[in-house]
Amino acid sequence: MKPAPFEYTRPATVDEALAALARDDAKVLAGGQSLVPALNMRLLRPAVLVDVNRIAGLDRVETAGDTVVLGALVRQADPRVQSHPVLGAVLPHVGHTVTRNRGTICGSLAHADPAAELPVALVAAGGSVVAASASGRREIAADDLFAGPFTTTLATGELIVESTWPTPGEDERFAFEELSVRGGDYALCIAAARVRGEEVRVVVGGVTPVPTVLEVDPDRPGDSAAEQVDPWGSIHATPAYLRQLVRVLVHRAVGRAREGAP
Amino acid sequence: MIPVAVSVNGRHYREEVEPRLLLSDFLRHGLGLTGTHVGCEHGVCGACTVRLDGVAVRSCLLLAVQAQGCEIVTVEGLAGVGELTPLQEAFRRHHALQCGFCTPGILIAAEDLLARVERPTRAEIVDMLSGQLCRCTGYTAIVDAIAEVARS
Repeated sequence: MKPAPFEYTRPATVDEALAALARDDAKVLAGGQSLVPALNMRLLRPAVLVDVNRIAGLDRVETAGDTVVLGALVRQADPRVQSHPVLGAVLPHVGHTVTRNRGTICGSLAHADPAAELPVALVAAGGSVVAASASGRREIAADDLFAGPFTTTLATGELIVESTWPTPGEDERFAFEELSVRGGDYALCIAAARVRGEEVRVVVGGVTPVPTVLEVDPDRPGDSAAEQVDPWGSIHATPAYLRQLVRVLVHRAVGRAREGAP
Repeated sequence: MIPVAVSVNGRHYREEVEPRLLLSDFLRHGLGLTGTHVGCEHGVCGACTVRLDGVAVRSCLLLAVQAQGCEIVTVEGLAGVGELTPLQEAFRRHHALQCGFCTPGILIAAEDLLARVERPTRAEIVDMLSGQLCRCTGYTAIVDAIAEVARS
């Protein structure tokens, strides 16, 4: 359980980091709460680790109108983000208190674990990320970021430098539900709901390869959500059980969002 | 090899390390501070939890080189020689440990919670402990000990 050898570089600026990342065997080291376990188990053997933790300014939190912009180094435990209606609901479910001290929000998005909460939350919030590389910057909407389990549409050499989280409007309510085997574990099933008047937006995770927006029947959200997913199952849960979880958690999330709705 | 200069429990160290050396192994094998325990080495068990620049972290999920210039506190640094912190006293009073393997990590993680939340509820203490595995099933006594310090 020790990492294979790699080169280590600790850039002081984003430009230096992007220069170091311009090769396909380099990995970004931010919070390291998913990357380092994978290194320890030798699931990954990158040639170069680019440690972005010492880049000044990457931990910024900026509120611009009705959105919050988080730099790549904003930790999951950061007190500045806990009052955001979406992040505040979701972050307590992300890992444990000690891993949240170190794990970053943008890092979880880049890792794209299908059972992770933050990718579902970004899709539910209608957010986006800014990816930077040596050749420029581009914005990627949450709906276009996740390509498959542990796979994003980020290109080689791209670094997520910030993520943008729209704040639900006054007339909107957000609710988040998940079931995991133990507290702090990755989820078996995640359901997020946003309700505005009659409009219901539901996103599920854990039971689909990527966070998935479901068009639900507002009169029977849980049942109609369960009809749209085809979970693959695992040693922890059969496909039928997971479909039932979708039914129950979507029902609860939509119900809680409606209760809170003005 | 990369030079790393750190302060651990108030003492300064300068060492040369391979980039892949984990902070947990650096503390135990490099500095001889074996109070930090190593269980799962993938961030699940919490036995290796230490304080890095005031914040509790998994030392098995950090590279020693990442601690360059940082201040680390391990279980050895919580109290002076022959002394116990109030939390350690409470652990003793409540028999909140059996084999003691998980205890160093739990002490650091619990101090982190107590520093952050003025009066954590029992539910908040239990939630924090979800990241600190104890296999002697001593959780009730551990929660009792932390809750007592939280109240005082």
